[in-house]
Amino acid sequence: MTEQSAPTTPRSGHALELRGVSKTYGSTHALRNVDLDAAWGRVLVLFGHNGAGKSTLLRVAAALIKPTAGSVATAGFDADGHAGRVRAATGYAGHGTLLYDDLTPEENLRFYARLYGVARPEERAAEVLRDVGAERWAQRRVRGLSNGMQKRVAIARALLHRPALLLLDEPYAGLDVQGRGFVDAVVRAVAAGGGAVVLSAHDPALAFALDGDFAVLRGGRLAATGEAAGATPDEIAALLSAPAEAA
Amino acid sequence: MRETLRAALTIYAKDVRLELRTRETLFSVLAFAFVVAFIFTFAFEPSPQLIASIGPGIVWVAWIFTAVLGMNRTFLLEHERGTLDGLRLAPVPREALYLGKLLSVVTLLVAVEALMLPAFLVLYDLSLFNVWFIAVALAATVGIAAVGTLFSAIAVHTRAREVLLPMLFLPVALPVLIGAVSGAREALDGEGWGGVGGWLQLIIAFDVVFLVLSSLVFEYVLEE
Amino acid sequence: MTGAWRLGLLLVAGVLVLIDMYLIFGYAPTERSMGNVQRLFYFHVPVILTSWLAFALAAASSVWYLVKRERVCDRLAYASAEVGVVFFTVAIITGAVWAKPVWGTWWVWDANGTLTFVLWLIFIGYLMVRAYAPDAERGRRWSAVTAIIGAATVPFVYMAADWWGGLHPERVTGPGAQGSLEREMLLTLLFSFVTFIVLFAFLIAERYALRSDEEAVEELRLAAA
Repeated sequence: MTEQSAPTTPRSGHALELRGVSKTYGSTHALRNVDLDAAWGRVLVLFGHNGAGKSTLLRVAAALIKPTAGSVATAGFDADGHAGRVRAATGYAGHGTLLYDDLTPEENLRFYARLYGVARPEERAAEVLRDVGAERWAQRRVRGLSNGMQKRVAIARALLHRPALLLLDEPYAGLDVQGRGFVDAVVRAVAAGGGAVVLSAHDPALAFALDGDFAVLRGGRLAATGEAAGATPDEIAALLSAPAEAA
Repeated sequence: MRETLRAALTIYAKDVRLELRTRETLFSVLAFAFVVAFIFTFAFEPSPQLIASIGPGIVWVAWIFTAVLGMNRTFLLEHERGTLDGLRLAPVPREALYLGKLLSVVTLLVAVEALMLPAFLVLYDLSLFNVWFIAVALAATVGIAAVGTLFSAIAVHTRAREVLLPMLFLPVALPVLIGAVSGAREALDGEGWGGVGGWLQLIIAFDVVFLVLSSLVFEYVLEE
Repeated sequence: MTGAWRLGLLLVAGVLVLIDMYLIFGYAPTERSMGNVQRLFYFHVPVILTSWLAFALAAASSVWYLVKRERVCDRLAYASAEVGVVFFTVAIITGAVWAKPVWGTWWVWDANGTLTFVLWLIFIGYLMVRAYAPDAERGRRWSAVTAIIGAATVPFVYMAADWWGGLHPERVTGPGAQGSLEREMLLTLLFSFVTFIVLFAFLIAERYALRSDEEAVEELRLAAA
């Protein structure tokens, strides 16, 4: 991470504050009455099985979806009414890469840098590509890149505008040891620079190396929170597979 | 306002670049337009008198169905690639996303219409190279795109998108179609502003109203 | 509105319909040139105006819904659209049955006729958007957008169809609806208006109440899920 990658947005309070957040789709609850804080300068890992509500929570935090009930403050801004500020302060990388397969990584990043209103977009695109170690692939179409490389470029996209809060949905999925090491490095760099990272994972062993806070989601409810230092991956695994509460 | 325009032009430039590289939209839509125009040849026996009276109607029916197809593609491509979220994440006014896509749609439709002019000449001996005809066509295309871009952003998320877009779009765009066909007929009859002007004004007023209104409501369409 | 109110409204509507039937078939004189078919006029005109009212109500509550996000507004818009589709359908059928013997054509594409048809289609689109939306919340929002955009096109449809009709001098014009009305006819027409408005109000109230119940059931199901 270069100097410029350090977050620059002024901030107050928590990086992320959810109060009584619920989200329903038709007759399914994705999130039920979740209260959760993420602190500046730290990493928060969301654990949970598929369908536990991790993705929904991250999408709510990124102002991609509006909660059915409750309030969300991201980087000190209420998503309701200040969605533009929330968007400018957060970087989000989800399951899809959000990249155009027929453009090159360089073209993709230049496009997003311009769209985000980043100063000197060409230089910034080259810079993040260098940071994620994708400069050699910068001129190839995304379609032809390996999954691991696409993921690096996807994360580079989320970092383009130097977000204060980085949201990563399953960043470790499908990555080899080297790729996972890269994700760890990015996450640590953002947190060390005073920013915050919220990421989701379903394997406790992988994300525990980050040594931050954790939260366990089960069936859309917050089942437990704590510091990684005060728990072991096995304990988290036990929390994850605890029998689902009667609905 | 400047920021909105800048973001809209960024999206537009990206769409143009993608289209120049993949050429997947223009040619498929153009092929469809040709087939429609070709089929019409056999629906009527195009005698010169008949063409003089129904020519503008044939042209616009072919164009409007082509427009439905083309507009469905614009958001569908973003939706299928999963990049719609990339646009929604950007810290830009939602109007910018609408205007960017609108510019892409207008460009696509104008390109298809222009490339169709020779086809109408050959198939129906119908020369559309007429200043007033082209003025009406451009204004009407903006109106069609203004309504169609908004509704295709809705239709793309639904199960019945192929049906829903024309169902929502065609009734609302009827005034543009009436204006375009009537204005075209006047223009091809050799009328100038005296005959075409009223229709042109109606279409331009429609364009303005729906550009403004659609920009305003677009955020309600995108929200999840 | 409570059940007792709605029952009262139903009784009033029922009595009005009975009186209206008598006025239309017993009291109003037979029109000289058109004969008995002219009696359809007492249905057609009030129904068409009520349909337009339904559209205005749906559009206004849709604006209100997008601004305030209150379910009340959405229920009102939805009830107006559903009842409106039925009224439009009746208006179009009575219009066609009346126009055929009188004007020699099933439908007259003048400004009013075209507008009626367009609004009917927009209402159908409105209900389709709700049916096909991925979730109910987006269905509410998108149908509201549909109603607002539909309302904005009204003056354009009216003007375009009017000018377009003006270019077609071969259009058959029969005896006009206005001008030649006798006193009894006018009275019947006015009474018919009142009747259909009350009937419309009853149907909206009923549909609104049903919608509230449907939403309560959905919420219970959600709470149980």
